[in-house]
Order: sequence, then structure tokens, then C-alpha cells
Amino acid sequence: MIWILIISAGIITFLTRYSMIAIVKKEYLTPKVRFILSYIPCAIFPSIIFPLIFLDPSGVFMFQHNPRILAGAFALMVGIFTKNIIATIISGLAVLYLLNNF
Amino acid sequence: MLSENQLFKKGIIDVSPSLMGVFPFGIIYGALGVEFGLSALETFMMSIIIFAGSSQLVFMQLFSLNANPYVILGSVGAVNARHFLYGAVISEHVNHLSKPWKITLSYLLTDQAFMFSNKYFIENKKVNNIHYHLLGTGFMLWFMWQISTLIGIILGSFIPEELGLNFAIPLTFLALIINDLKKPTYLLITLVSGTVSILTFNFPLKAYILISAASGILIAYLYSFRDENVKKFI
Repeated sequence: MIWILIISAGIITFLTRYSMIAIVKKEYLTPKVRFILSYIPCAIFPSIIFPLIFLDPSGVFMFQHNPRILAGAFALMVGIFTKNIIATIISGLAVLYLLNNF
Repeated sequence: MLSENQLFKKGIIDVSPSLMGVFPFGIIYGALGVEFGLSALETFMMSIIIFAGSSQLVFMQLFSLNANPYVILGSVGAVNARHFLYGAVISEHVNHLSKPWKITLSYLLTDQAFMFSNKYFIENKKVNNIHYHLLGTGFMLWFMWQISTLIGIILGSFIPEELGLNFAIPLTFLALIINDLKKPTYLLITLVSGTVSILTFNFPLKAYILISAASGILIAYLYSFRDENVKKFI
């Protein structure tokens, strides 16, 4: 049962990646479409980032006593000033660890 | 002009910084798989067959809750719907390739591979065989995802929770869009998408990602009516 599910999920995942590559012709991508597509990372990634920072594991909004907000804000500042991905991630993890343990 | 081999290596190097986020993510996924009661083989093969971190986590969570199989598959599809958009963007660079190439690159088309290779594609429009860059980013991420999954399975429950490694996931995605945040329109769309994701997080089928993306894209669509915005994309 689980193997059928895993393989089905694999096929679905592959088709979401493959379908547009297989079907789309270059002419469909007008400047307007490409302009809109350039915003896609900014339209999608925040929906992965925000819940993991502002919500607790059960999906409830958590503003007070939430060290992830401070850690995320610190990482954001480090990222803006250093433009370094590793520095951004490590600084955020370090601040969260310090806030949680000291 | 870079050779195919050099482009492949350039992809590997370009994507390397993101491994700081991907590797802990893989370890957490592997460790969670064991915790959710999946076998080591099932946990590992999910990384091979599905090869999409967030969908694998959603799959596992719902499976451990004995969710209906169609709800599980529907959720995986919803989480993965963002790939339609990646495929559409990438397609103009891989359109001329053979079917085996398209299948291989599709299988490897993850968030980070898209982000780093698309950036390279935009900055190097005239380079021949540019798809080797995507092969490099995709292969590196694939290889590290499998290794980190294995390490996670082995470490299992030994990783102390207070280490907070799962926080590397939002930090990775944050680092990936940080350069765009200096531009007001990108910042606005980021804030709207993020706010909507929190408001709709508890909607069924993990639809919050789709709803948030739709709200962000709607704003981009409205911006596209100003001709000067679109000009540089001609």
C-alpha cells in the first residue's frame, strides 16, 4: 500500500516538473508572461518561510515568546549586509539556539 | 566560452551555498521518517522516487495520521504545483533538447536548482549548452539529498530537538530571495504572499501555498499593465 502511494506521489511530482517543459512552446512566453514569472520566487517562497517562523507546529499564530521571529530578523539583516547565504543560515540558527538555551 | 564539463561544474559550485540548508533538511527528513514509523528503505526510496523535500514531509505527516490516500496524493500535488511555474520558465532554455534530456532535467528540477540555474540563465543568455548548468545544480542537490537522507535515517532519534536544525528550512528560502527584497515591488509581493500563507495555513489540502502564490502573482499581473515594467523582458 505505502509503495503504491510513494510511486504515485513520485509520478505526480515528476509530472508537475515535466508537463510545462514538455508542452510549452517558446512563443507562449510573451514579455508580459515572463515579467509575471520573474516574481514567482517572491510569490511562493514566503508561503514556506512565514508559517515556519510565525506559526507553532500545530498551525497557531505565535507572536509573543517566539524566538524564531528574532532569529529570522537577525538572519535577514545578516543576509542583506553580507549577501552570503551560508552566513544568513548559520547566524539565524545560532541566534535561535542561543535564545532557546540561555 | 565554457565547455559542457565546465558548465556542469559551475552549476555544482553555484548551488553549493544552498546545501547549508538542504543538508540539514535531508537529515531532519530522514530522522522524521524513522520517527513516523516508516522503514529505512521506505524513507530512503521516497527521497529517490519523489525527490521533493517539502512534499515528502507532507506525505509522511499525513500517512502517519492514516489520512485518505487521495488526500495524501492531492496534498503532494498541491505542494508541488509551484513546479509548473519553474517548468514554464526553464522550458525556453531546454526546448531544443531531446526527450531523455527533458526527462532527466525535469526529475532534477527542485526549488534550489531552479533558483540558481535560472539566475545563471538570465545572466548568460548567449552561452551554448547552458542546460549543463542545470544538470550540475540538479545533480549536486540530488546527491546531497540522498546522502543527508541516509545520515538522517542512521542518526534517527539521536538528534537532540533543541538543536533546532529544522529552522534551516525557512532560513534557506529566505536567503534565496534576499536580494530581491531590496526592490519595492518584490518586497510587497513577498509580504502579501507571506501574510496570506499565515491566514490560510489551516485550509485543507495544504492549499495555503497555492493561495499565497496566486495572491502574489495577481499583484505581479496588475503591475504588468504598466508598459515600462514589461519593457526589459522583451
